[in-house]
Amino acid sequence: MKQTLFWIALVALIVLHHDWWFWNDGRLLFGFLPIGLAYHAGISLAAGTLWAVAAFYALPQVFEDSSEETSS
Amino acid sequence: MIPEPLIPLIIVVVYLGILLWIGRAAHVGRSQHTSKDYFLASRTIGPFLLIMSVFGTTMTAFALVGSTGEAFKDGIGVYGLMASWSGIIHSLCFFLIGVRLWHFGSRFGYTTQIEFFRDRFQSPTLGLVLFPILVGLVIPYLLIGVLGGGITLENVTRGALPSLFPDTGGGIPKQLGAAVICTVVLIYVFGGGLRSTAWANALQTCVFMALGVITFFVIAGQLGGLQAASEAVAAKRPDLLVRGAVEGHEGHISHLRFLSYVFIPLSVAMFPHLFQHWMTAKSAKTFRPTVILHPLFIMVVWVPCVLLGVWAAAATFNGAPLVPADKDPNAVLAIVVAKLTNPWLTGLLTVGILAAIMSSLDSQFLCIGTMFTHDVVLHYWGEDRFSDKTKVVLGRSFVVAIVLITYLCSLADPRSVFTLGVWCFSGFASLFPLVFAAVYWRRATKAGAIASVLATAVAWLLLFRQSDWGADRSYLFLGMMPVASIIAVSAVTLVGVSLVTRPPDTATVERFFGKQEA
Repeated sequence: MKQTLFWIALVALIVLHHDWWFWNDGRLLFGFLPIGLAYHAGISLAAGTLWAVAAFYALPQVFEDSSEETSS
Repeated sequence: MIPEPLIPLIIVVVYLGILLWIGRAAHVGRSQHTSKDYFLASRTIGPFLLIMSVFGTTMTAFALVGSTGEAFKDGIGVYGLMASWSGIIHSLCFFLIGVRLWHFGSRFGYTTQIEFFRDRFQSPTLGLVLFPILVGLVIPYLLIGVLGGGITLENVTRGALPSLFPDTGGGIPKQLGAAVICTVVLIYVFGGGLRSTAWANALQTCVFMALGVITFFVIAGQLGGLQAASEAVAAKRPDLLVRGAVEGHEGHISHLRFLSYVFIPLSVAMFPHLFQHWMTAKSAKTFRPTVILHPLFIMVVWVPCVLLGVWAAAATFNGAPLVPADKDPNAVLAIVVAKLTNPWLTGLLTVGILAAIMSSLDSQFLCIGTMFTHDVVLHYWGEDRFSDKTKVVLGRSFVVAIVLITYLCSLADPRSVFTLGVWCFSGFASLFPLVFAAVYWRRATKAGAIASVLATAVAWLLLFRQSDWGADRSYLFLGMMPVASIIAVSAVTLVGVSLVTRPPDTATVERFFGKQEA
């Protein structure tokens, strides 16, 4: 379930990346940050968060060391 | 008192010295100087060094110079095209491909990508087909760095040594600058191999991230503050704050072009130099910070650069445009810094740009040297014929040869090489179906793999030719980036040919995927 939710969230992030709604919107957030740029910076933050969720909660087994590996 | 034009040059020289010292210290600090240590740092790289070296390697000069220049020309949409897509897709590749390849590499002892593909598909022919394609795609990528470094040095040192270099206004000629950069990278790669490269990359990544942010705030202050700088853009160039058309200005980025950029970052899954960095990881857990922090690091570097680019398009300096509209986009950052900051910051930012360039160059030089040693010499002449020491000597000799070849190519035709950048990424990205199938699809066959590589090469060449060998910078195929169509060709060929050819040997499949449950 956790894994499925993670993959759904990732697909949602990819879909949300294409922001028709801010395509022609030139407003400045906080008086200096173009809203389209702020939105995509938000996508980067969301991506980092989502990968943290994957690494520690949804798919931690990906980062488990297999028994066959050699230690160094 | 130091003459002002000399300050940037002195800062650059001091930085190059520090870099050489770090490379040397990383090498001398090791008790063992084996070939495994030279090529893979004995697979002992921890989380901090892995993320710094992987991030430093993937961020080239394009991240600082290119992003500012492209934003100057096309506006804020450049961030969505390159940075936020990369934040999602690069980490996805590290997560799905990188960690899995590391597992295979630590179990079966791979050093190069070709060793993996050869073993996975039990096909020496696949290695033979892939080798020239991978090397052919890396060399132009190297040239971009060498040329970018030379041009940057020439511009920022202008006025420093007028009696020595009157033809360039006293700046270090770009050919000499490129030679100096190649030599410094060569010395630390030559001495300590991947371990020195990883430490040097860690330093360089810290340097270009920190200096980028500092420069951003200093320049914002010079433009009257964050708000005043952006309001000037809203008043004079509102088109740069959006992607579509606004009154009096055409749109900069179409929806299909924006969407098809998603394929470009897939290239990281097939970069041979990144494969080599992945193999150095101490454990699978080492990848965690790389996967999580990569999108955030990209944001820290790109947001300031994109804002600087759009501000530069609207700002004025002494009553004239800060950067003339017809200026080469690659020169925008250097012009802004030179006009709005002091020589100390100019020197420091130059160091930041060189750091971004050299942190990619070192890995690429080492990787091509490693490929020649392992995939050609050791594979065809036999590993047992060479002592461990000879393998290191061979690796070093190939690194020297590649540096020389790259440097000589950089003297030939500097202009056309820049346009090859996106085409290089497109070529690597188009091989993504191959690596994905290799690590996840049991039914993928060697015939499918070979056919896919050949079909990709043909499709890439045809479209590259249609774009007038990269001269047409806005070339799209079916309204999209060419990479979208080439990936489709690659994937369809791989799947189609695999399904109609004999399934792979069960023993090989079970070595990689384990026994299939009934």
